[in-house]
Amino acid sequence: MEKLSARRRHPLAALVALLIALAAAGGLYAAFAPTQQAQANPAQSLAIDQGKGLYDVGCASCHGTSGQGSHNGPSLVGVGAAAVDFQVGTGRMPAQQPGAQVPKKRPVYTQPQIDQLAAYVASLGPGPAIPNPSQYAPGDVASGGQLFRTNCAQCHNFAGAGGALSEGKFAPELRNVSPKHIYEAMLTGPQNMPSFPDTTMPEPQKRDIIAFVTHVTNPSSNPSYGGLSLGSLGPVPEGLFGWIFGLGVLVAASIWIAARTAKARK
Amino acid sequence: MSTTPSAQSASTGRPGQPKAGERLADWADGRLGIYALAKSNLRKIFPDHWSFMLGEICLYTFVIIILTGIYLTLFFTPSMNEVVYHGSYTPLTNIRMSEAYKTTLDISFDVRAGLLMRQIHHWSAIVFVAAMFVHMMRILYTGAFRRPRELNWLFGFLLLFLGQFDGFMGYSLPDDLLSGTGIRFLEGAVLSVPIVGTYLTMFIYGGQFPGMVIIPRLFTVHILLIPGIMAGLVVAHLILVFYHKHTQFAGPGRTEKNVVGMPLMPVYMAKAGGFFFVVFGALALISAIAQVNPIWAYGPYRSDQVTTDAQPDWYMGFSEGLIRIMPGWEIHFLGHTLELGVFIPLVVFILVLVAIAVYPFVESWITGAKREYHLLDRPRNAPVRTALATAWLALYMVLLLGGGNDLVATHFDLSINAITWFVRIAFFVLPVVVFIVVKRWCLGLQRRDRDKVLHGRETGVIKRLPHGEYIEVHERLPRERLYELTAHDQLEPLELPPAVDDSGVERKVKFTDKMRAKLSEAYYGESSQIPKPTAEELEESTHHH
Repeated sequence: MEKLSARRRHPLAALVALLIALAAAGGLYAAFAPTQQAQANPAQSLAIDQGKGLYDVGCASCHGTSGQGSHNGPSLVGVGAAAVDFQVGTGRMPAQQPGAQVPKKRPVYTQPQIDQLAAYVASLGPGPAIPNPSQYAPGDVASGGQLFRTNCAQCHNFAGAGGALSEGKFAPELRNVSPKHIYEAMLTGPQNMPSFPDTTMPEPQKRDIIAFVTHVTNPSSNPSYGGLSLGSLGPVPEGLFGWIFGLGVLVAASIWIAARTAKARK
Repeated sequence: MSTTPSAQSASTGRPGQPKAGERLADWADGRLGIYALAKSNLRKIFPDHWSFMLGEICLYTFVIIILTGIYLTLFFTPSMNEVVYHGSYTPLTNIRMSEAYKTTLDISFDVRAGLLMRQIHHWSAIVFVAAMFVHMMRILYTGAFRRPRELNWLFGFLLLFLGQFDGFMGYSLPDDLLSGTGIRFLEGAVLSVPIVGTYLTMFIYGGQFPGMVIIPRLFTVHILLIPGIMAGLVVAHLILVFYHKHTQFAGPGRTEKNVVGMPLMPVYMAKAGGFFFVVFGALALISAIAQVNPIWAYGPYRSDQVTTDAQPDWYMGFSEGLIRIMPGWEIHFLGHTLELGVFIPLVVFILVLVAIAVYPFVESWITGAKREYHLLDRPRNAPVRTALATAWLALYMVLLLGGGNDLVATHFDLSINAITWFVRIAFFVLPVVVFIVVKRWCLGLQRRDRDKVLHGRETGVIKRLPHGEYIEVHERLPRERLYELTAHDQLEPLELPPAVDDSGVERKVKFTDKMRAKLSEAYYGESSQIPKPTAEELEESTHHH
């Protein structure tokens, strides 16, 4: 019996063991878990508040009162600050009217206001942030050209002059688009554009493409060799030009010559 | 002449000897026999009309294309060997490309006058085919293709046909992204041919696309084979123009038996020679003002790349339109694929061209006329022909629109799908509508002509008669104008012989004869021409006024 009772545990032993285990786990967690900055960033929360105010006035009618989306506009949860900076920064948002695609126009908001809106939308869910200038600093033009022709030219045309998509949608022309906006467009895939996240197109490639687009759409770096570019739209405008100014001029010349004939009589 | 030996020696220095020029001419004549040739041809008469110079534009642009083309061959290497670019155009530095593309870049940026030559060559090609097209439509509308000129029509058609293809090959040579897309399109078109398509592509490309041989092959065909055939055809075309003599519009003193105009030497020598320089000057000016096919902007061809706005030059645009509007039909049968989405456009493309080529023969069969025609028709006086030609033109134009549907969409804010559907429907409907409208239009103009002949020209002068009636004063047309308006022939429709012969036996009428009679009725029946005023009617109308 002694032997048996010596092996019997105290009724509270299990509880004590549990307490010790919990304390150990908690202690270990406290020791190894990353320390959090619990204090709020007052400037950030102020921006979010102000962004919310702007959002309620300018965006909520389509995107819903808390960014959840409606039948007029998609949900903004998780689109990130970069999407807002692009869409509002290029004037596409707020949209003037629904349609196949919302065109670029003069921005309605100032950059500080756009930043506030972006901060609010970013607070709805995690998404791509506004890139910093080192991310979109132009890279190599030649390799950018190769990447552009592989990934972009089928819609945006070889010289970034834009092109048609189905049902009235279109790939806009890329003249005067800022490097930041090009980067954000590739990152977020606005409207009908596919997105090119860093996993499929790493940042250096994006920078090369930015270099190419900036180069090719800028007349000072890429002068129109050989005369008027006729919009860089391929053989269609060339044919039109050839008919009107080529054959047209020559037919006018024939009429002029035929009208000045040596008269046999009179 | 009774010139004294002393006077002769004063003028030439050698008594009894002809002048130096004369001696040279004699020397040449003795060896080349040019005197008889020149005598019969130098005073050849050509009539005057601006539209007769359209063919000259074709000839001169052809010459300009050959001259600039020779210059380009001096610097172009038709090779698909891969090289790394280190030339003047820095945005392509270190990019791998074919030698063909590299040498085209060199022509554009490093060869003296290279870019200008390239642009004159390309703009001239665009204008060359456009001029041939307009020239052909002029011949078609005025009936200048009729006997005895049917063969010359075919020569001209072949020139247009070959010109189109040679242009397409030239566009394919630089091996830029646009060229490569064109060659890729060609591969697809050839592949779509049932049964032999795959073999044909293997023969043409020497293996799988793109291979290494297509550009050298296209080069040989582009600069040697087709231009050689075309040069021969141009000469034959011109010899036949000389042989048949030029057609002319009806007018006072102009008949089926004569040609009224100016002699080749000196009037047309000067005019045509001058016009050559006008054409060359205008094309050089255009080439200095406007860019054409900026190959550096397209980048080198890689089969994983493509750009939007990849269209052929305008003369292949209607085939592009056909392929763009065609639904992507495909039939799988016993392990074979029949790619109707490409093959049907390919067949229609050929048919559209063949339709215009065979038209003269169809019309002469319907007309059954055996005589020669040297006077031109005014288009209104051949309403069915004019309507058919315009319907063909409408079809062609609507296909061109389909070929540029993306640019129409972006520049007129339209949906590309809506344009495609418009072209699909218009392809069938528009030619019919155009035919009806143009035929009625021609008949209206014929009525107007008849009215002018019988009642004169409206002067716009309103006169009040003593009893209060207002009339507009009509002025009789001058006799020459009356002649011009009434000189045309009006054919009677062919009549089938009576259904039963004299003995009351039913006559067998061949199906083709029945069809021919029907078509003849459609061409020359009451609903297709307004009877021109007869001499009696004219006489009567002059009595009335």
